[in-house]
Amino acid sequence: MAKISIHEWFTRKKKAKAETEAVSARLDIPGNLWIKCYKCNAALFTKDLEANLKVCPKCNYHFKLSSAERIKLLIDEGTFKELNAEIRSTDFLGFTDSQPYQKRIEDSMLKSNLMEAVITGEGQVSSIPVALGVMDFSFMGGSMGSVVGEKITRIAEHGMEHKLPVIVVTASGGARMQEGIMSLMQMAKTSAALQRLREFGLPYIVILTDPTTGGTTASFAMLGDIHLAEPGALIGFAGPRVIEQTIRQKLPVGFQRSEFLESHGMVDAIVNRQDLKSTLTKILRFYKD
Amino acid sequence: MAEAKNGKKNLLEFEKPLIPIFKKIEELKGVSAHGMDMTEEIKMLEKRIETLRREIFQNLSPIQIVQLARHIMRPTTLDYISLLLEDFVELRGDRNFGDDPALVGGVGRLNGKPVLVIGHQKGHTTKELLARNFGMANPEGYRKALRLMRVAQRANRPIISLVDTPGAYPGIGAEERGQSEAIAKNLREMAALTVPFVTVITGEGGSGGALGIGMGNRVLMLQYSIYSVISPEGCASILFRDATRAAEAATASKITAKDLLEFDVIDEIIKEPVGGAHNDPATSAQNIQVSVIKHIEELNKLSPRELIADRYRKYRKMGIFIES
Repeated sequence: MAKISIHEWFTRKKKAKAETEAVSARLDIPGNLWIKCYKCNAALFTKDLEANLKVCPKCNYHFKLSSAERIKLLIDEGTFKELNAEIRSTDFLGFTDSQPYQKRIEDSMLKSNLMEAVITGEGQVSSIPVALGVMDFSFMGGSMGSVVGEKITRIAEHGMEHKLPVIVVTASGGARMQEGIMSLMQMAKTSAALQRLREFGLPYIVILTDPTTGGTTASFAMLGDIHLAEPGALIGFAGPRVIEQTIRQKLPVGFQRSEFLESHGMVDAIVNRQDLKSTLTKILRFYKD
Repeated sequence: MAEAKNGKKNLLEFEKPLIPIFKKIEELKGVSAHGMDMTEEIKMLEKRIETLRREIFQNLSPIQIVQLARHIMRPTTLDYISLLLEDFVELRGDRNFGDDPALVGGVGRLNGKPVLVIGHQKGHTTKELLARNFGMANPEGYRKALRLMRVAQRANRPIISLVDTPGAYPGIGAEERGQSEAIAKNLREMAALTVPFVTVITGEGGSGGALGIGMGNRVLMLQYSIYSVISPEGCASILFRDATRAAEAATASKITAKDLLEFDVIDEIIKEPVGGAHNDPATSAQNIQVSVIKHIEELNKLSPRELIADRYRKYRKMGIFIES
């Protein structure tokens, strides 16, 4: 082996470490036998983890669910009917960061097998018909652009039209910056639609999952009649890094996690994933029995 | 209070070509003090400044507009209030946690007619800015704003909101007290207001912190103000991974009044005096007054229900997407 400098050695070591991390992250796909818990580092048998609704049996860490998995978890089998699946994002600003927005959209579609960061539709929860929106973090970090805003607005309108309770499961890094001011305007649009839903006297239930931040939190995620949250989810307005940079001090442990929000009065209940459907059912029955 | 005709103090980088002329004027004034009459010469030079300024301001880049929007001498909400309103009484507190000095409001008369004004408050010195938290409101600020909007609604008086903030404050206390909830609730409740509501972006329209008081039936922007989902610096550091590329980000994100008028996000651009609002606050205030009164008078013709419907139509159509 050729001689290498100390600096080079460190660089290689760093690179090797990054590669290992990338591999272990990649393990989080079905088909792989083992997966390491992000929180407690326990090695988990993928099948066991999935049988446990992707919750670590050792430490109760809730792995992220895809929108399809979430729908399967909450909605009675065979009752889900997707709505507005054909609305697509477009690069109207001609915005390019490390790559053009249009390419980012297309890549996200291929990688996530989704058309956008939210799936909306109608279905039944324990035989109670509902209008449902489920965000998916794997599509551009669940960011809210025109399409997410439009689909959330339309599902609220669908609820009004068919007198259905509206449920939204959030998972979003916030507004989609590649759409500039239009992404900000989605906060206004969705909130205005939820105002109408409220006047209609229909319930609006939000299920907050990891993570829910930024413009999503500061609009439709915090406007529920009822707020449920999964344990340990990051929920906040500003991202932890932004806050740290602003106040120049370390953030307390557990800051902006579900439990923090519950103790500060922003969340009605923290519900383990295995109890989520039954809890949701009880709440829906309060409204309709 | 912003001092009129700022002279060579607080000139921005792109205004630097004006400095030699200002210096010359000062020299001539010095000579005049010794008994020589230089009035004519000084007048000529002042005219030259005016012409040069006009030229410079004809072709401002987005990042230069950002600098103007953030100018330390840019008139603040309280400056405009003192220039525009008679019988102003400031109203404080959210009746829940406290009073937020970064977001002010109160009642007064605009052109003789009662109005309620709310707005972010910055300052012209470091001391003032610190006292106002640089115009970055906490949840109690947004809750105060909502309380005041409802005061206006019960009195059946129009609401004017003046937007000038880098954004809602990202702090520990803000998160503890529900910054997201406070803003979200304002958005929902602004949609339901039964009185005419006009928003003017006077300086920085910083994201959710701006929108949190900015859902007027009409949204107007001063010529050199900006309105964006994220600051150019934030956009550059997150998307370009390089905070120094803010100028590029400012151009790419389309944040100027002209851009936003094209997207129908705003309804009108209010002209600023040459050199920007801080160069002549009284004229800037006058321009705001003319425009705001015109829009309030139009909105006065609508019933409470129509006002809600008018606002809903405006925000419902926001968004650009493809539907096959």
